[in-house]
Amino acid sequence: MTGLVGKPGRRGDLVRRVRGEVCFTDDLRLPRMLFAKILRSPHPHARIVGLDATKALALPGVVAVLTGKDLPVRFGIIPWTPDEHSLVVEKARFVGDGVAAIAALDERTAARACELVEVTWEVLPPVLDLDTARDQPAIGLGASGKDNVSKVVDLAFGDVDAALRGSALVVEGDYHFEGTAHAPIETHCALARYDSDGLLTVWSTTQVPHYLHRELSRVLQLSPARIRVIQPPVGGAFGGKSEPFGHEMVVAKLAMVTGRPVKILLTREEEFYVHRGRHPMRMHFAVGAQRDGKLTAVDAKTDIDGGAYSSFGLVTTYYSGQLLTLPSFAPNYRFSSTRYFTTKPPCGPKRGHGSVQPRFAFEITLDKIAVELGLDPIEIRRTNAVPGNSTLNGMRITSNGYLECLARVEAASQWKERRSKLGFGRGLGVASSAYISGTNYPIYPNEMPQSAVQLKVDRSGVVTVFNGASEIGQGTDTLLATIVADELGLDLGCVRVVSADSDLCPVDLGAYSSRGTFMNGNACLMAVREVKHKLVTAVAEKLAVPPADVFVTRGFLAARGLENQAIPVDEAIRLAEARFGTLGATGWYKSPPGLGGSYRGGTIGASPAYSFTAHVAEVKVDVETGFVEVVKVWCAHDCGKAICPSLVEGQIEGSVYMGVAEALLEEHLVDHRGLHAGPNFLDYRIPTSLDVGDVEALIVESIDPEGPLGAKEAGEGPLHSSIPAVANAIFDAVGIRLDRLPFSPARVLAALEAKRSV
Amino acid sequence: MLPLPSFALYAPTTLDDALALLRDHGPDTTLIAGGTDLLPNMKHGLLAPRHLVSLAQIPALRGVWVEGDVLRLGAMTNLETVAAHEVVLTRAAALAEAALSVGGPHHRRMGTLGGNLCLDTRCRYFNQTYFWREALGFCLKKDGTKCHVVEGGQRCVAAASNDTAAALLALEATIELVGPDGARSLPIRDFYTADGIANTTRAPQEIVVAVRVPLRPARASVYEKLRRRAAIDFPMISLAARLDAEEGRVNALEIAVSALAARPRMIRAASQAQGKSLAEVPRAAIAEAAFKECAPLPNIEGDPAWRKKLVRVLADRALRRLGLGPA
Ligand SMILES: Cc1cc2nc3c(=O)[nH]c(=O)nc-3n(C[C@H](O)[C@H](O)[C@H](O)COP(=O)(O)OP(=O)(O)OC[C@H]3O[C@@H](n4cnc5c(N)ncnc54)[C@H](O)[C@@H]3O)c2cc1C
Ligand code: SF4
Repeated sequence: MTGLVGKPGRRGDLVRRVRGEVCFTDDLRLPRMLFAKILRSPHPHARIVGLDATKALALPGVVAVLTGKDLPVRFGIIPWTPDEHSLVVEKARFVGDGVAAIAALDERTAARACELVEVTWEVLPPVLDLDTARDQPAIGLGASGKDNVSKVVDLAFGDVDAALRGSALVVEGDYHFEGTAHAPIETHCALARYDSDGLLTVWSTTQVPHYLHRELSRVLQLSPARIRVIQPPVGGAFGGKSEPFGHEMVVAKLAMVTGRPVKILLTREEEFYVHRGRHPMRMHFAVGAQRDGKLTAVDAKTDIDGGAYSSFGLVTTYYSGQLLTLPSFAPNYRFSSTRYFTTKPPCGPKRGHGSVQPRFAFEITLDKIAVELGLDPIEIRRTNAVPGNSTLNGMRITSNGYLECLARVEAASQWKERRSKLGFGRGLGVASSAYISGTNYPIYPNEMPQSAVQLKVDRSGVVTVFNGASEIGQGTDTLLATIVADELGLDLGCVRVVSADSDLCPVDLGAYSSRGTFMNGNACLMAVREVKHKLVTAVAEKLAVPPADVFVTRGFLAARGLENQAIPVDEAIRLAEARFGTLGATGWYKSPPGLGGSYRGGTIGASPAYSFTAHVAEVKVDVETGFVEVVKVWCAHDCGKAICPSLVEGQIEGSVYMGVAEALLEEHLVDHRGLHAGPNFLDYRIPTSLDVGDVEALIVESIDPEGPLGAKEAGEGPLHSSIPAVANAIFDAVGIRLDRLPFSPARVLAALEAKRSV
Repeated sequence: MLPLPSFALYAPTTLDDALALLRDHGPDTTLIAGGTDLLPNMKHGLLAPRHLVSLAQIPALRGVWVEGDVLRLGAMTNLETVAAHEVVLTRAAALAEAALSVGGPHHRRMGTLGGNLCLDTRCRYFNQTYFWREALGFCLKKDGTKCHVVEGGQRCVAAASNDTAAALLALEATIELVGPDGARSLPIRDFYTADGIANTTRAPQEIVVAVRVPLRPARASVYEKLRRRAAIDFPMISLAARLDAEEGRVNALEIAVSALAARPRMIRAASQAQGKSLAEVPRAAIAEAAFKECAPLPNIEGDPAWRKKLVRVLADRALRRLGLGPA
C-alpha cells in the first residue's frame, strides 16, 4: 500500500465531465448517419390488425421502415423468460410499446414519418391494477395465456404460525408503494454501424454491454464474433439501463438494412415508457414479538405489479423476500410474493432491486413494535441483530459492521438526547438494512469468471486497465485506477482505464447488484499483483537483494537498507520488461461455490458479502400544509473498506437523496386509461438542490476477508432504510403512520386531520 | 429529442417594425419573448406558427423606470431583473417575490415579464406531447372536442399559471399595449378572462409594451406560492395580498388568487378589513372566506381538496406577514 487507498480524492473524469469534454453516446456522429424514431402504441392493450407504412416510406428523407415482423426473435435479460419483441409483433401491452421504426435523414423527418404509419388496432381489455390482474385471469397476459401471473415465490423457514401464536404481540399492517422511475439525466441512446466487413458495432447507454452483446446476437441471428458492443460514458442509469432494449435491436437492424449508421435518442417521455423502474408493491406484513422485543416470526405477503414484461421479474420476486433476513430479523419467516403482469410500462431493477419496498414495510413494523412495547427503536434492532455467520435462509455472512452502524448514527444524531424531545412537529426516526455485493451466479449459468481485467504495462510508465465493467457514474474506473496505482506506486494519472468495449476488454457481467467494487476490484488486484511481483523480482535482481526486502512506495521501488538506491517505478517497469519480456497480466473473479441455501431459489440473494446500513432521519412537519421537510439524514454504511472514500460518500449521499425523494416526492402513476400521468420532469418531480436536506455520511469499515482490500459495496445499500427512517421520524414528530408512499403533503395533512378527529 | 417545428424568425428593432411584421405575415405569426413558454409548447405540437417575431432586439421594451408615483416595467425586462430591482423590492414586494418564484434561475434569466403575463394557461391534459394527447383523445383547448377536467364541460378551464399575474392584480397594475390601431392601456383586472383557450383580452396583433404599477405611500404587499418543490414548479395556488394602511388602520386590503381556472380572482372577503385597526383585522375569517370562495379543479397536479385547504393557509400567512390580525 502506497497511500492512495483510503484517501479522499476526486473521481478521475470529474473535471472533464464538468467541463463538457466527456463524449456521451449522443455526442457521437458518424458520416452518413441516419436518425431513427419509434412509433409507439397509443393503447395499453391492443392487437395489430393492420399496419401500412406506405405513406411513411414515401415521405422524402425516409430511408427504411421496420415492423415487428422484421425482428421476430424474442429476447429478455433472464434466459428463462424472453418475452419481449424489439417491436410489437401481435399485441401491444402498454401505452408506449414500440410498434414500428423509421430511419430518416434527420430526426424531424423520422418523427413526421411515424405519424404517417397507419395502424389498425383491435383494442383489448387493459390490466391497470393488481386487483384486475388477479381477478381477471382471462385477459391472459401470463406466459400460458391463462392468467396474468409473471412469477410466484413461496418460501418458509421455521414454524411461522406457531411462533405468531406464541407471541406477546403481533403487529399487522398493509403497505403500499406505487412505483418510481430512475430519471437519469441522459435518456437512452444507441448508435449502430454495420460495415462492409460484416462487423456490427453498437454504441449504447447500457450498463450491461455483455448481455447486450448476447441478445443482439440472438435477435439479429448474427454470430457474436461479428458484433462489437461499446458503452460510452453514461449519464446516469440507476438500474434503468441494465438489460437489452428494443431500440438497441432496432438501430442495429436498421444499420444492417440501410448500410448506414443509425442513431436513436429517446425523448424524456419515451424514457418513462421503456421504464424498468421500481415495482409497485402491495405488502401485508405480520410480525410477532415477545415482551422484551425479541422478534418471533415474520409473515409477509406481497403482490407485485410488474408492468408489461418479465424484465428481471423472476429475480425481483425472490428479492422481495430473500433480502429481508438481515440485519435485524426473526427466527421464523415465511413470504409469499406474486408478480403480476399489467398493461403498464415494464418494471425492473432500480437501485436496491426488489428489496426497498419490503424494507419500507418491515422497518415501519419494527418501529410500531418498539413503540407498542415501550422500547427504544435502536435497542430493538440491537436485540434482534442476526447473530453468527449465516441467516435463516442460508446466506453466509463474512463480515458485519451492523452494530457499529447503529452506534454511529445513534451518536451522531444525538438520538438518546433528542428522540421524542424535539416538540410537536419535529422528530427522529431510525431504520436499518443490508444488501448484497454482487450475486454469486451470472444471469446465464456458466462456469466462467464474472469479472475480469487485463493490464497492459507500458515502458513509458503507463499502465492501462482493460476492464469489462460499466462505469455509469459510480466510479469503477477511478476505483480500479486507485487499486493499480496504489499497488505499483504510480501516480493516478499514469493509470488509464479502458472500459466496456467488447473488442478491447474481457467480459464483465455489468453494473448491477452492486458487484463492481467487489468483483472487479478482486479481478484487478489479482492482475496487478502479478505485475507487481515481476517488478519486485526485477528490482531485487538489480539491487542484488532478496525479493522479500523490496517494497513499493510512492513513485519508487526500494529495498530495505538500500533506500538511497530506490528505483523509479517507470525504470522498474523497464527492468522487468527486459527481464520477463512484454509485461501484462490478467485477473478475474469467480464467487466461491456453494453460496446460498440448498432449497429451490436458495441461491437467489446469495452474495459473497453483505453490506450493512443504518439511517437516522430528522424531519420537520408543517401541520398546516402537510409538507414534510427532511432536515438531516445520518447514514452509517459498512462498505467493508473505503478504497475511495470520496466515492463511498458520494454513493451514500446519492442513495439518501434518491430514497428521500421516493419518500416525499416521486410517484410513477399510470391512470385509469392506461396513460402515464405525466411523462415529463414537470409532472414527475425529482428534487432540485433546494429540496434536499443535509446528509452526513458515516463510513464503517468491517474489512471483509474476501473483498478487495476488504471492500464490499456502497452503491445501493445506503438507499434502503432511508425511506422507513423518514416514515418513522414523521411518527416521532406528529404521531401519524404513513403506510403508503410517497408522503405527499395532501396525504400527510389528511392523516393529521384523521388523527385529530379521533 | 422532441423536434421543434420549423419557422421563420424575425428580429425587428422597433415596435413599428414589429407591428408591420405582424400585419404582413397574418394570422400564422406569433410573438416570442424569452421563448421559455412558447418553445416547449411548440415542441408539444400545441402551436406551430410559421413566423415568429422576436421582441428581443427592441430597446424600448426593456427597462424599469420610476416616473413620479408610477413604476413602469418594460415587457421585455427579464424576471431576474424584476425580482432584484430595488424599487420593486421595496415598493412592490409582491411582484419581486412572484418574479423570484418563477421556474429556476435559467427561466428567470430568459423569461420576461411580458411573456409571463401572456403565459398560456396550463392543464395536465394539455401540456403534454402530441403522442400523449392523441392517446388521450385530445381536448377542447386543442385538436379535440371534450374536456377531461370537467366531465361534459363545454368550456376550457385550464389554469392561469403565471406567478406575476396575482401580484400585479393585487398591486392594481395597468397594462400598456400597442396594436394596429395604436396604443391603449387597461387595468390588469380587465386583461384576463375566464376562457381557458385564450385567457387575455389582448388582440392577436397587439404587443404588451409595459406594465405600470402605482407607487403609494404606506403600501405593503406579499406573495405566497404553493408548489411541491422550492424551484421549477408552476404554482398550485398563487396568492398575493396588498395592504394600504394609514395610522394603524386599513385603508384597503386586496387579495388575488390564481392557479384555479383561467382567470385569477379577487377575494371579496378582503373588504372585511376596511377601516379596522391592523390588529383587529379578522384574519381567520378572511382566510376562511377565501377558502370558500376558491374552488381548485383537477386541471393541474395536486389534490384539489388539499389545494383548497391551502388557500386558507396561504391567505392566513399572507395577512400575518402584512401584520394583520392578532399576533
Ligand atoms: C420548466 C419550466 C418551469 C416554469 N415555471 C414557471 C413558474 O413557476 N411560474 C411561471 O409563471 N412561469 C413558469 N414557467 C413559464 C415561463 O418560463 C415564464 O412564465 C416566463 O416568464 C415566460 O416568459 P417568456 O419571455 O419566456 O415568454 P415566451 O415563451 O416568449 O412567450 C409566452 C407567450 O407570451 C406571448 N408574449 C410574450 N411577450 C409578449 C408581449 N410583449 N406581448 C404580447 N405577447 C407576448 C408569446 O407570444 C407567447 O404566447 C416555466 C417554464 C418552464 C419551461
Ligand atoms: S381544462 Fe379541459 S379543455 Fe382545457 S386544457 Fe384542460 S382538458 Fe383541455
